[in-house]
Amino acid sequence: MCLAVPGRIVSIAERDHMRMATVDFGGVLKDVCLAYLPDIEVGDYTIVHVGFAIQRLDEASALETLALFENLGILDTEFGDDWDRAAQESGAAPVAAS
Amino acid sequence: MKYLEEFSDPELAARLLDDIRATVTRPWALMEVCGGQTHSIIRHGIDQLLPEQIEMIHGPGCPVCVTPLEIIDKALEIASRPGVIFCSFGDMLRVPGSGRDLFRVKSAGADVRVVYSPLDALNLARDNPDRQVVFFGIGFETTAPPNAMTVYQAKRQGIENFSLLVSHVRVPPAIRAIMESPSCRVQGFLAAGHVCSVMGTAEYPELAERYRVPIVVTGFEPLDILEGIRRTVRQLEAGRHELENAYPRAVPAEGNPAARAMLADVFEVTDRAWRGIGVIPGSGWRLSQAYRDYDAECRFDVGDMHTAESATCRSGEVLQGLIKPHECEAFGTECTPRNPLGATMVSSEGACAAYYSYRRLATPTVRAGASPRVPAGV
Amino acid sequence: MTLDITGWVCPLPLRDSPTIVMGHGGGGAMSAELIHHLFLPALAPAAGATQVLADLGDSAVVGVAGMRLAMSTDSYVVRPMFFPGGSIGDLAVNGTVNDIAMSGAAPLYLTAGFILEEGTAVEVVGRVAEAMGVAARTAGVTVVTGDTKVVDAGHGDGVYVTTAGVGFVPAGVDIGPSRARPGDVVIVSGAIGMHGIAVMSVRDGLEFESQIRSDTAALHGLVAAMIEPDDDGVRPGVRVLRDPTRGGLAASLNEIAAASGVGVDVVERSVPVPAHVANACGFLGLDPWYVANEGKLVAFVAPEDAADVLERMRAHPLGAEAAVIGECVEEHPGMVVAHTAFGATRVVDLPIGEQLPRIC
Repeated sequence: MCLAVPGRIVSIAERDHMRMATVDFGGVLKDVCLAYLPDIEVGDYTIVHVGFAIQRLDEASALETLALFENLGILDTEFGDDWDRAAQESGAAPVAAS
Repeated sequence: MKYLEEFSDPELAARLLDDIRATVTRPWALMEVCGGQTHSIIRHGIDQLLPEQIEMIHGPGCPVCVTPLEIIDKALEIASRPGVIFCSFGDMLRVPGSGRDLFRVKSAGADVRVVYSPLDALNLARDNPDRQVVFFGIGFETTAPPNAMTVYQAKRQGIENFSLLVSHVRVPPAIRAIMESPSCRVQGFLAAGHVCSVMGTAEYPELAERYRVPIVVTGFEPLDILEGIRRTVRQLEAGRHELENAYPRAVPAEGNPAARAMLADVFEVTDRAWRGIGVIPGSGWRLSQAYRDYDAECRFDVGDMHTAESATCRSGEVLQGLIKPHECEAFGTECTPRNPLGATMVSSEGACAAYYSYRRLATPTVRAGASPRVPAGV
Repeated sequence: MTLDITGWVCPLPLRDSPTIVMGHGGGGAMSAELIHHLFLPALAPAAGATQVLADLGDSAVVGVAGMRLAMSTDSYVVRPMFFPGGSIGDLAVNGTVNDIAMSGAAPLYLTAGFILEEGTAVEVVGRVAEAMGVAARTAGVTVVTGDTKVVDAGHGDGVYVTTAGVGFVPAGVDIGPSRARPGDVVIVSGAIGMHGIAVMSVRDGLEFESQIRSDTAALHGLVAAMIEPDDDGVRPGVRVLRDPTRGGLAASLNEIAAASGVGVDVVERSVPVPAHVANACGFLGLDPWYVANEGKLVAFVAPEDAADVLERMRAHPLGAEAAVIGECVEEHPGMVVAHTAFGATRVVDLPIGEQLPRIC
């Protein structure tokens, strides 16, 4: 149910009474229905499931997530286990987790 | 390619794994809901890399696996009718019904075609006005909006020779059913990322609270899966049970309002039987009254179908995470990917097929002491 | 429009299927069953005669008048008939040339049989024949005999082509699917998945735009370069050659692992897949390792000769991107295991038939 793949919107046009786009999947171009993303624009990234764009991909959010992964382990090394333990005991999320 | 390779970086994966290892202090059983997540776990061998204490139970998030036997038989019956062009996603073609599958029906002369998108089926209907074109509308909340749009367009454009055989299922009721099962061992859920891209996250905090399980919205690339596991384990170790979103780049909290509006128009919630599990109340969608004319079950007279599930197949218990595939007596002997008894062995996301593929390297299958049967529907 | 699922999978095993189903032609486990349980017993040679068919190599090597003759036949039913990078005509020549080459033989002569469906445009048949002629002349082989039949409309699918080929295996060359041994190095001649995706890109129901073209090519020149004797007259230890067509790389590795009784370990990251192929497979839900190739080969080489053979391959235009992808091991005989980039393993199974696009 979940095979949805990221692609970049190259062009938008109305076809068969629907807002359609040509989406670039890293060099492979395919027609995709944009009816569910009325505000998305050329140049945006979207995830496509069975020929429909179902959500816009948020670049800032993606970069934030990657940065979080990059920082894993570094903060733990700096602050050590005490922070983790304190966070857990207080019921708050440990520093590196959020 | 952007948004894919970055989330497959082995070095970052190692850091996520280190963090998980450093966090875990006792055994936890997690369930990934979505078949696509199962596929990713198996494909990259993620569960082999996790610390021993973490067990991944493969959930029923494979619409192929859970499509009720009765619907498959109806599909086979409709596909066999003269003049019908029966269209389906590739996944469904090898799923056995009571006795046959769509390939066998095709072999007998039926016009069965695989499509990439439901809109392809609609185009077929437009191009073949003298044929009845039926699309097999299975899937979770991710696939429902594309199917809904197709029916909406069929009605809007007056394409009357098109109809939809609907078997949509919803994730939150499934989570509820799993948690209410007395033998349930699941302590945390990786929620299905793309389902939430459509539906948003609103339905999950209540489930997390009620059943005291962490629920983490999780993506599909290796780093996404590991992050989902990491956050779930962190919550479990800290005694928390909240909703978290580990896939924010594709899941805004409100999901996709336009898609949900279309779902509310074209579909209505209904009870649905899940193959191997039984009826889960409110767990499915069917066409709403306004679109009932496009319902293939109504258009074709496929009333009472005699369905006979294999007596040996225990896929229901596997789907609920109650037994492991190799604990079924038929696993690897009577039931293999080449000769599947149930859907969990046919679909490559099915837990049984997944086990068959990778477990053969590790331990031999368990024969003595196989788990006792749990009746379906419990 | 819809996909043409000709050639795709059906999971029902032979014993349960009284009729032929599409999976029997997929080149995977069902095809193997049809061969093992139906054709081999029926076509078993007379007592005392040489058993060759059961070796199930790409081509058969038989002794004739003190020489070793490699023979092969193949039928071509690809749809659509014309696709980016080639046509059924190219496949019909290169495919059989390659089967002969996989025995280490130099292909010489081909036969060509045509089954034409009534109603097919003559111009189409002309284009196919033209393509075959060009491919044959490019490969340096000659079509020496043929046949043409016409079947009623609806009983064929435009044009079906069957070609057979012969060539001589040079002295001292002993290449076959059962010859791999633990320690052998597995080398692929270039990037995989191109042909299958190129055909899919123009199939009804998919039609996506891409730069991907079929890699159809005659490989006998590459093979000759790989097995040429050195200055001392010694040939490198090339033990197995296979062109991974239907069923892709995964099918070929499995067949060789089974025939040789060895395990095959593959390093996932080292298998070259062009980015566009990977991306097309991504949105269709396909695995490039199961996608057909028509201009690539897999070689199992004795470890002491691997570096030399790799260099020879890379010096040839059709092997410029040759890469070591794994090795044979004693463990898990008959099984192919991939080592993922994350340090885990997964079993790479023989496909049941050809892959289907999926939504899950």
